[in-house]
Amino acid sequence: MNPPSAARGPQPRTEQIILFRVSSHLFAISSASVQEVRSVDNIAGLARDLPDSTIRKVRHSIRRGDRTLYIVNAALHFGLQPEPAALVFFLRRTRTALLVDGIEKMTTMSRLQALSLAFQGEERNWYRGLTALDQAVIPVVQPEGFLSLAELTLLEAAQLAADTRLISAETSGAQVQ
Amino acid sequence: MITALESTQSFVLLRLGERRFALAASQVAELVAPSRIFRFPHRSPALEGVVLRRGRMIPVCDIAERLTGKKLTTSRFFLLATRKFGGQLDWIAIPVSGDCELINVDMMEAGSNDSPHVAGWLSHGGEVIEVLRLAVVTPGPAQHEGGAGSPAYAEARP
Repeated sequence: MNPPSAARGPQPRTEQIILFRVSSHLFAISSASVQEVRSVDNIAGLARDLPDSTIRKVRHSIRRGDRTLYIVNAALHFGLQPEPAALVFFLRRTRTALLVDGIEKMTTMSRLQALSLAFQGEERNWYRGLTALDQAVIPVVQPEGFLSLAELTLLEAAQLAADTRLISAETSGAQVQ
Repeated sequence: MITALESTQSFVLLRLGERRFALAASQVAELVAPSRIFRFPHRSPALEGVVLRRGRMIPVCDIAERLTGKKLTTSRFFLLATRKFGGQLDWIAIPVSGDCELINVDMMEAGSNDSPHVAGWLSHGGEVIEVLRLAVVTPGPAQHEGGAGSPAYAEARP
């Protein structure tokens, strides 16, 4: 006999996630954190070089409305061997556009396990925790963890230098004409 | 004069290569056959990855290199143990190279000259065996004291 429905506990809340690949590793991100997914080819003409960037994982920026987003190579962020990236995730409420190899699938997770206290490195900023899907363990990334405040400050300086260089090049071009 | 406190407790003897060590039995949860280690990028060099055991994801830490100077080439079992940081219980899987044994003996407390990872000493089967302080030989927060910390499990939230 089935127990009465009133006796059942509350259903666990679930979260929609996107499983994506970076250098043969699988990661998950909350689909609510991803504002838009574009192909790399699609944004190639819009990305601006950041030659003065001292952050190895960021070499380009992109303008989105009135904001500048920094294009973060996910492989370099995680210390992996980079492979040709195919997609860019524009992350909501961050200054990050994330270069990834591809999307594996969209699915649902019902439990997120906090990272064990044995993990004491940068991964504590990288991940919200771990989830188990189909007998595999997948790290769930923290969208705010791709660029620290210090990195953003350096990138803003690099962006300013690039903008200044562009303006002076345009000005000198106009004078020659 | 040497003063030594002795107390009879249960210990699990574990083998790492040629040497045997002991852990307080209260810290040991289970001894399991090695299972697949799931690896993902991280910056905690002492950890190999995590194993999945009854829905729990447990980090794997080979303590042999630190204690014996040699990494384990083959592990026969994973010893699943717990550490306590503040009010939070944290699990860890330790690869061991042989059978484990549960014994009841008196432990001699470690002295001030002993290494920080030694909680005490056991005399068993003609051997003098180090009792390990797990929170010292495995990575964890620098501050072992403190609050309850974040819950080990969080409900997924959109």
